Amino acid sequence: MPASESALTQRSAISSEAEQIALGEPRANSQPSERGPAGNSIGITFENVEKRFGSLVALRNISLGVRGGEFVALLGANGAGKTTLLRMAAQLVKPTSGNVAVTGTTSKSEDARRFIGFVGHSTFLYDEMSAEENLNLFAQLYGLGDYRGDVGNALTACGLSSRAGSLVRTFSRGMRQRLAIARALLHGPRLLLLDEPAAGLDRQGLAWFGSTLERLRAEGCTIVMSTHARNESLDLATRAVSLAGGRIERDSGIDGDPAELLAELRSAQGGEA
Amino acid sequence: MATSRAAAILLAKELRLEFRTRELLTTTVIFALVVVVLFSFAFEPTAAESRRYGPGLLWIAFLFAGSLMLNPSFAREQSNETLDALRMAPIAPFAILLGKMLANFVFLAVAEAILVPVFAVLYNVSFSGVAGRLILVLGLGTLGLVITGTVFSAISAHARMRELLLPLLLLPILTPLLIASVEATASLLAEQPELDRTWVAFLAGFDIVFLTASWLMCDYLLEE
Repeated sequence: MPASESALTQRSAISSEAEQIALGEPRANSQPSERGPAGNSIGITFENVEKRFGSLVALRNISLGVRGGEFVALLGANGAGKTTLLRMAAQLVKPTSGNVAVTGTTSKSEDARRFIGFVGHSTFLYDEMSAEENLNLFAQLYGLGDYRGDVGNALTACGLSSRAGSLVRTFSRGMRQRLAIARALLHGPRLLLLDEPAAGLDRQGLAWFGSTLERLRAEGCTIVMSTHARNESLDLATRAVSLAGGRIERDSGIDGDPAELLAELRSAQGGEA
Repeated sequence: MATSRAAAILLAKELRLEFRTRELLTTTVIFALVVVVLFSFAFEPTAAESRRYGPGLLWIAFLFAGSLMLNPSFAREQSNETLDALRMAPIAPFAILLGKMLANFVFLAVAEAILVPVFAVLYNVSFSGVAGRLILVLGLGTLGLVITGTVFSAISAHARMRELLLPLLLLPILTPLLIASVEATASLLAEQPELDRTWVAFLAGFDIVFLTASWLMCDYLLEE
């Protein structure tokens, strides 16, 4: 069976519990103001952004507007600036010059963070706490009211409910990554930032992740995902932006077709996808 | 979310992690006990000698143990970049610092609760009759130590030589606190024990000033 067909079969055959329990779905009991305007997606804009780390210039003159509901694939080689751009969007890094603003919400910076979910290179999980304890902690910090049900659903959706009480340090790389994704989606973010999110996921994990992204995109969640590798989830992208040397090299545009850029990525990797 | 609520959640997380790993408490208590025992061999701990040198030795032990304990406070948030996860949460940055401060206060207070009785036995001193006032002095001194130490732990967490950097930054800043704590404790060990209110007021002032400063600067302290 061809690889793509096999993956599609896997996606359709993904565990029914993961399909039924929608991870990252806007919480039924949350107020409209907690989820951006009228529960819709929020965007992000970068205006003439530059970021320096000492003498190293990580980002140069970046101007980019991501509209609510877009799925942007951020492409580029190692060191192109993808991670710095995403960390800046997640408000973890401040620009040296220029402005970064979350659009579609009038919330101040602290409150705007409740709309953002970020999966980074690290798992952002405590190794000496169990999967459930980790999710409980972040559910509390994000102010989720009756969070135990949400945490249970999240663990079931990512396939870790049987290991809910196990310490994270006993998990494999793939299990940690699934939990990291579940953590990022727990509070129902409307802007999802993904930095190489598929790293370490096995085929089942990839299928679960793909279907989760599909659902989030259908719900209008804004997604910015970086990758330097061919990833099946990229087919969901509505826009592709490639970075090189800290600059935007190409942008398929808001209403453009990302297929050409994605095809270039595919051919650059020897058509392995 | 209110800062106090977020700090309480983070305090619970710190306590859970510590009582699961016992990394900080074990090393701190053992180190402080070793210091106190070694000093007891260095001179003849008669009651008069202990009244003169005891408070200094006791606070030096707390200070060294505290700097040992405070070092990993932020450093251990780096293994999976969990500090970034906390910074992304919709909570005030000061809540992160406050949660750490409260946890460090609890850990150091537990260490002191073990150390003080051992000190009283080894150095032939009695704290009966002044226990309440001693707790006040220990509380204010320890609070100052953990407020300042937690701030410098946050500053030095990203440094390559953080194990060396923290004591180098911390100990000079804590000199006034050490003097005040020693003097206040000494006043309680005198033949006619009477709490020196001037030093207690100084300790309270130190705590308020450094807590306010850490609140004002916490945005910058927790930045990359």
